[in-house]
Amino acid sequence: MKKLLVGTLLAASCVTSLLAQAQDPVRIGFITTLSTPAGYLGEDSRDGFQLAIDQENGKLGGVPVSLLVEDDGLQPARAKQIIDRMSLDGISLYTGVIFSNVLAAVVNTATKDGFYISNNTGPSSLAGKQCKPHYFVASYQNDTIHEMAGVAANELGYKKMVILAPNYQGGRDALEGFKRTYKGEVTEIYTKLNQLDFSVELARVRSLAPDAIFEFHPGGAGINFAKQYGSSGLSKTIPMVVPVFSMDERMLAATGDVAKGMNIVTLWNPGSENPANQAFVKAFSEKYNRVPTVYAAQTYDTARLIGAALKSVGGNTKDPAAFRQALRDVKFDSIRGDFAFGKNQHAVIDWYLLRVEADANGKLVQVPVQTIAKSQVDSFAAECAL
Amino acid sequence: MLLLEQILNGLQYSALLFLLASGLTLIFGIMGVINLAHGAFYMVGAFCAAYTASLSGSFWLAGLAAVIGSALYGLLIETSIMRRLYARDHLDQVLATLAVVFFTNELITVLFGRSPPAMPTPEWYGTFVEVLPGLMYPVSRLLFIAAGALVAIAMWLLINHTRLGMLIRAGADDHEMVGALGVNIARLYTLVFVFGCVLCGLAGFMAAPLLSVEIGMGEKVLITTFVVIVVGGVGSVRGALAGALLIGMVDGLGRAYIPQLLDQLLPAEVSGTLSGGLISASAYIVMAVVLLVRPRGLLPARA
Amino acid sequence: MSRRVLIDLLCLATFALLPLLASWLHEPFLVSLFTRLAIYGMAAASLDLLIGYGAMISFGHAAFFGLGGYVVGVIGFHTSQAMPLWGWEGSSSALIVWPLSLLVCALFALVVGYLSLRTSGVQFIMITLAFGQMLYFVLSSLSLYGGDDGILLNERNTLPGLDLENPVQFYYLCLGLLVAWLLFCRRLVNSRFGYVLRGLKQSERRSISLGLHPLRYRLSAFVIAGVGGGLAGILWANYAMFVSPDMGAWHKSGELMAMVILGGVGTLIGPVLGAAVYLGLEQVLSLWTEHWLLIFGPLLLVVVLFGKKGLYGLLLSPWPRWRKPPVPNAPPAIANSEVRS
Repeated sequence: MKKLLVGTLLAASCVTSLLAQAQDPVRIGFITTLSTPAGYLGEDSRDGFQLAIDQENGKLGGVPVSLLVEDDGLQPARAKQIIDRMSLDGISLYTGVIFSNVLAAVVNTATKDGFYISNNTGPSSLAGKQCKPHYFVASYQNDTIHEMAGVAANELGYKKMVILAPNYQGGRDALEGFKRTYKGEVTEIYTKLNQLDFSVELARVRSLAPDAIFEFHPGGAGINFAKQYGSSGLSKTIPMVVPVFSMDERMLAATGDVAKGMNIVTLWNPGSENPANQAFVKAFSEKYNRVPTVYAAQTYDTARLIGAALKSVGGNTKDPAAFRQALRDVKFDSIRGDFAFGKNQHAVIDWYLLRVEADANGKLVQVPVQTIAKSQVDSFAAECAL
Repeated sequence: MLLLEQILNGLQYSALLFLLASGLTLIFGIMGVINLAHGAFYMVGAFCAAYTASLSGSFWLAGLAAVIGSALYGLLIETSIMRRLYARDHLDQVLATLAVVFFTNELITVLFGRSPPAMPTPEWYGTFVEVLPGLMYPVSRLLFIAAGALVAIAMWLLINHTRLGMLIRAGADDHEMVGALGVNIARLYTLVFVFGCVLCGLAGFMAAPLLSVEIGMGEKVLITTFVVIVVGGVGSVRGALAGALLIGMVDGLGRAYIPQLLDQLLPAEVSGTLSGGLISASAYIVMAVVLLVRPRGLLPARA
Repeated sequence: MSRRVLIDLLCLATFALLPLLASWLHEPFLVSLFTRLAIYGMAAASLDLLIGYGAMISFGHAAFFGLGGYVVGVIGFHTSQAMPLWGWEGSSSALIVWPLSLLVCALFALVVGYLSLRTSGVQFIMITLAFGQMLYFVLSSLSLYGGDDGILLNERNTLPGLDLENPVQFYYLCLGLLVAWLLFCRRLVNSRFGYVLRGLKQSERRSISLGLHPLRYRLSAFVIAGVGGGLAGILWANYAMFVSPDMGAWHKSGELMAMVILGGVGTLIGPVLGAAVYLGLEQVLSLWTEHWLLIFGPLLLVVVLFGKKGLYGLLLSPWPRWRKPPVPNAPPAIANSEVRS
């Protein structure tokens, strides 16, 4: 017993003091999801961030940094314990969280004395009235992608659509966001969280015979949905409009040919001519031997954004007001095109429509179709008093 | 016609549940083990299938690989771990099999990486059959229903008309009796366990083209599988069939018709949330009701 | 002094002196870690009351943990948003909020327990799981309270004479409540009530023929355990300043069960130890490698296969027994005797 306790204590303190030794570089706490089926999202995010650091030989914006990565296991409670430890350890700069329920557990502690810069999720609850001075979203506001999907559906000329999402907060926000901009007639279908079989919903889609469907099922459920949509034959007659999180590059590989023809709404165009982007795609593919996903892209961008801000304060993060101003005025070559922060400190970026097609080798790729919106400000910015 | 199609859809989900539940209920009924790792063998099967299919391009070879892979992994786990648990109480079994789940998930992550693999399928797999005039139904799903039905018939024959079946029935009735008959119990147990894993492998193979092949896919379906065997009556294959049909149908038809029904009865903002909650909890509600009325399930093994 | 008392005192001393140790090591995080251990320890010990003494294997115990936390969360939400809840403007006083939350947990336990105790054995495991999952789905569908994203709290509850925002004071409060809870449970299981409960575990028929009413005893134990789980949930909500439905999900119930088994079923203090080791190992291993489950799984297996009565049992047993192999392939006649009864 005694041995065990002492051992645990020692081990815990060894680890924490190991972290504390690195006094010189700016330490960045990176809490992300590495286990569970969603583990690849965290893996790609981490690798994107690491790539930016490696390209500068351990620095960001010329300032030495050290990245401390930890797995939240998609459990808010676990993320909370990690952030507590990091914050007591004196870390004041955080990023990495993939899921909004994990972010909710982390954000208060992170922004109390430090800064949280979101590389993926931007829930509406923190975008409007509850916006926070030390909370920045370098990726996108969650509702915007669904609003953009609505705009895209209008432009594609769909008059009647069926829209589907799982019945949880993110899913309900998705359908509300879509309806905010879509002008045609909609039928809503809510699915279960982590649903396996979609045959029942697909039969309803068939009987409703819409012009197209919109669906939001991130992760495994999205692959299930797309596979079954294909095998039901619907993909040949009724096109799909999806946010990129329902069909990222890895999901595309897992889904296979039935994904052909899908319309994907996204904040990053992997084929963009932008030189920074070209360099990123090349470097990432060479280093990790796989195609980067949108998660890798946004997190790489987040890292470079942090680098630009660090550079303008000369690596001094001790003065929160100066660092905050540096973040607000940040200028860097985003791989996504023009980048700025809005009033609520959420990214103001361009949105794209891509389509899944087979290239000359028969490999599935996302081909750009059009730009949906330029420098789009999210719907909650006006409510924020910052 | 739509109702008929939805019934077929419910049947197909029932078939998946039955493939998993029949093995689980046998393992429980005969060895008295609560096996939380049952879903892990289903995952192993699916990964073997997807991996073989993309390597060889052969659909049927993938099926074979899934069954063999699950069976071998099952044999390994049975001989190294499970047989030490048969004499323990349920709590030790729960913790030990949970540990096997943790280990297997991480092992698959290390071996296959974190990306879900694709499962290529042949041309005919994506075609349709006219099951009734005017009702086209995908081959992929019919195949699933057929597999479920075949396994149900095969198990009925096995249990009622073979010596092994006799032992299984005897084992489910009375553990001591089988031992007293001078049967090599250790071998019988290994056989039953591996048989359960073979059914998992089959389920994994059938599911791979329709579902995401991913780490943790076993746990997603495991709890529902437990619900099925408890509803049906623990230890009884007939019960597993009844439970799978009931849960599969309630789930399928519930998803199809509860929202429409509630939309007509209640104001929109209430009905949306309520139907969502009802659908998510439907299997659990059915189980609670069944257990309150018949505490030992619909068709328990011992009358 | 028996070894058992020695071990218990050692545990207590470690917990009690921890803040000193933490400030000596300059590791303030240890206080936070041990606060969590104390809270989970309380939840696990209350589950042990059911599993270890009442032979009621509940797979839905996290429901009380979640419910207790959610009552605090919901009241906190209404208070901070100045949004009256059924005409009541809310309160942040622990003396009002906590008893209210415990009452809700007790009522929920009464209903769930009354229905679940109609079954036994595996069916009991599954029906408690079912009720736990139903609560989980209800919590997830509460759009007003953030659905599955949960509720963020702006402040901890207030208690006269204590500053709960101070980590060390909050820690001692949790520790004090844990010790009080353990002492209460120990008295309970050694009282007449406890003997009847254990008697029911041995032989229900004998107890009935003695004129005892099994349901009444079991239901009381179920409600008491539910209140314990709820209290842990209340403390967690205050500790994390955040509640979410996954507090009540089946994973959490499974985790609590694993802590009880790991620490030692029917020992009360064992589960506290189990919680400490479970969470401590998770912490240390996950810092060491991202594939920590590859080590954690086999470690759990070793404890189950080679330990009797969990870690607490290991500590109590004479040293040579550590190396004695288990008895394999014993006839499984006893294996599911509960199912049969």
